[in-house]
Amino acid sequence: MFLRRASVLLIALGMTGFTFLMAGPRAGLLVLVGIGFGLVLEGLRFGFAGPWRMIVTERDGRGLIAQLIAIALVAVVAFPLLAASPGELAPAHAPVGIAMILGAFVFGMAMQLVMGCGSGTLVNAGSGNLVGLIALAGFIGGSFAGTLHLGWWTGLGALPVFSLQGIAGAQGGLVLTLLGLAAVGGIALSRSAPGKRLPPKRLWIAAALIAALALANLVIAGQPWGIVYGLGLWGAKLAEAGGADLAQTAFWAAEGNATRLSASILTDVTSLTNIGLLIGAFAVMRWRAEPGAPAQALTWASYGAVLLAALVLGYSARLAFGCNVGAFFSGISTGSVHGWVWLVAAFAGSTLGIRLRPLLLRPAPARGVYA
Amino acid sequence: MSSLSRPMVGTLAIALLAAILLLDLARSGAPDLFSAPAAIALGSGAAPEGAHCSGQ
Repeated sequence: MFLRRASVLLIALGMTGFTFLMAGPRAGLLVLVGIGFGLVLEGLRFGFAGPWRMIVTERDGRGLIAQLIAIALVAVVAFPLLAASPGELAPAHAPVGIAMILGAFVFGMAMQLVMGCGSGTLVNAGSGNLVGLIALAGFIGGSFAGTLHLGWWTGLGALPVFSLQGIAGAQGGLVLTLLGLAAVGGIALSRSAPGKRLPPKRLWIAAALIAALALANLVIAGQPWGIVYGLGLWGAKLAEAGGADLAQTAFWAAEGNATRLSASILTDVTSLTNIGLLIGAFAVMRWRAEPGAPAQALTWASYGAVLLAALVLGYSARLAFGCNVGAFFSGISTGSVHGWVWLVAAFAGSTLGIRLRPLLLRPAPARGVYA
Repeated sequence: MSSLSRPMVGTLAIALLAAILLLDLARSGAPDLFSAPAAIALGSGAAPEGAHCSGQ
């Protein structure tokens, strides 16, 4: 037990120290923030895809309410910060468009099939869930593939970038955001069964910690918490290593993206928090006296379906300008209208995904016991 | 597949991460510490340079 826990600390602190020495203090701090996300998400079982399923199938709104509380806590601090330091901090604003809405819908559907969203895929992989590991590989490939066609998709039609700050000012935008979150919370409460409305203490603590970490991410990185860009960048790096010439593609030839493609992953902020998140989830699983039973084995065809769905998950997240973290959590908490549209489209897709799940994911035939 | 324990799958995930990092370090080289940004963006006076999922 001691050796196992010591090795966990060594991996977590070793990666933080390595990043600090290689890429500087900001990079080291962002790995620490990522580890914090992993510890909270896995340790306190705070998720995104699961609660969206529970509100539909079990009339259990506690997880969704906790998400809304975390977003509101971030918004209350982020709106004034962004207004006071526009030259140093950037919000997660993106345009609403046809591809964005379609992407969010498909993302919501796919996340129920792979049993995890953007952050959930990293958490599931790190905590030893085989479906999560397969999904992570697919997500990396899909989010990279999405960058190759992003220009065509956005060309289908998009509005200018709208923000609630732009519509009502910083204070008015915050009020509108909180009212919107309260309205969604009200719908969730009315949908929930008695006894499944108010989050338990664990989720209150998790929501507060996630909010604190998200604000730390904003203050340290200068931008909100995100997942998808980093995974797409990893895919691009792997593609280049395999011989692909990405300088010929519009996305990776663009100045900022070309710079990141040629620079170390340790200088990319979303990669750093992704690395930390996976390590944090791994640390929680290894720290426990009992790591838990393996996820139920699926048929080979179902694992194939998971890989395919994860490719779609990553691809659609790119089109939607973010996943549950970059678009829903960070978008709404920093005033982006696209975050609200993402929520509606992704929730509709999620409802469809819940229906498809038992058709595509089938347990492997019993040979003794499902291990 | 069903015989893969959680620690084994988690270790595979860490190994995948390590492989990507090592491959990247071999191809991109180490970051230039002298051009590293300030520890904290807020108060640094510098515009954020990072990429985000919401960007085009």
